Amino acid sequence: MVKIDFKGKDIISIRDFSKEEILHILKTTERMEKENFSNLLNGKIMGSLFFEPSTRTRLSFGSAMNGLGGTVIGFSDPKQSSAAKGESLPDAMKITEGYCDVIVMRHYLEGAARLAAESANVPVINAGDGANQHPTQTFLDLYTILKYKKKLDGLTVGFLGDLKYGRTVHSLVHALAYFNVKLVFISPDSLRMPPDDLEELKKKGIGFKEIEKFNSHIKDLDVIYATRIQKERFPDQMDYEKVKDAFILDKSILKGAKKDLIILHPLPRVNELNYDLDDTENAVYFDQAKNGVPVRKALLALVLGKI
Amino acid sequence: MEDRVYKVYRIKNGTVIDHIPQGKGHLVMKILKLHKEPSDNFIALGVNLKSKKGEFKDLVKIEDKELSEQEINKITLIAPKATMNIIRNGKITKKYKVKLPKNITGIMKCSNPNCVINNEHDVSTKFIMIQEHPLRVRCRYCERVMESKDIYVL
Repeated sequence: MVKIDFKGKDIISIRDFSKEEILHILKTTERMEKENFSNLLNGKIMGSLFFEPSTRTRLSFGSAMNGLGGTVIGFSDPKQSSAAKGESLPDAMKITEGYCDVIVMRHYLEGAARLAAESANVPVINAGDGANQHPTQTFLDLYTILKYKKKLDGLTVGFLGDLKYGRTVHSLVHALAYFNVKLVFISPDSLRMPPDDLEELKKKGIGFKEIEKFNSHIKDLDVIYATRIQKERFPDQMDYEKVKDAFILDKSILKGAKKDLIILHPLPRVNELNYDLDDTENAVYFDQAKNGVPVRKALLALVLGKI
Repeated sequence: MEDRVYKVYRIKNGTVIDHIPQGKGHLVMKILKLHKEPSDNFIALGVNLKSKKGEFKDLVKIEDKELSEQEINKITLIAPKATMNIIRNGKITKKYKVKLPKNITGIMKCSNPNCVINNEHDVSTKFIMIQEHPLRVRCRYCERVMESKDIYVL
């Protein structure tokens, strides 16, 4: 077996990872939850560069680094960075790498993380680049499914809501395609999965269905991954009004569902997950958000070669 | 064998780019900047010629010029089934079908305005070929997939 070594590796896109590498990250995440590593990254410094505001991703990276004994420097308001003065991204990276051991970056431009990684000699972790990738979210989504289901093979996963623009959906679908899964895509016609992604699934032999309403399919699902449908995505607001209620989940859907169905959501929610679901055992979205910390701990420790 | 009747003037040394899709010949001229740079080279553009299979095609002949790899790759983007004929002393010394490399660097633009590559200076575009015919490439940076119709040659 090929030895998996993440030391010095960048975490840019889910496309860069093999199945074995994904499983290794998930296994390391489990260790982060169960064991004590509070001094693992003593003396290490994380540069946290947020060219676009983000509260949860930034805080959970900060929490992860502090929790492993490391320290955090950086900015959360791009106005404080020299990008505001017109500095190029490659230059900004060459400067920052002198100040820290690992760079975590959120940027509003797609592909910024890849370009940053090409410029910096320290590992770069993508904390979201425009509408493109957000790999640490994908790892925490996968980890949440694995944690509750104890497996990734043999599951039927339903994706609900905005499947056209939802980057978390595209990345998770890509990662799940490594496993023996069945996928059900539930969305309004105008927000269906992009044809490229479906083509990729066909090539990999992954079975999927596209439907506009839950109907009888709810009983087959082991996992529901819900997303927010944004009003702005509809050129005609009448169309939005017509479909919005079909994509709201509440307790009543559980009647026809498997007892151990789990419901995930990348959060924040608006009205698509009714509050009456929160107390059910099926709702795991808050734990999912919490899993961001051990996942990010695992990735920081791995790229710094400490585990 | 009887000589073919040449509708486009025969060259002694140079390159013949054949099997360019109908209507794309002028784009090949543009890509090679043949319309801009002053030169004494003989250049011929054949439009709406009939191929042996009876299909319409365009053709470009350039005397005393052999193309660079970058130039050939650029032509391939718009004429993926073109044939290159290298002519020396009036004879075809080399004939081959064009083929794009797996990694395509610096010859085409990313069509996504929000891609980092369209917002930074002095960085070359990079694409990965995911399918040859019909052409589909993925931007190394923003990961958008582009088809022939989205391609703008630099």
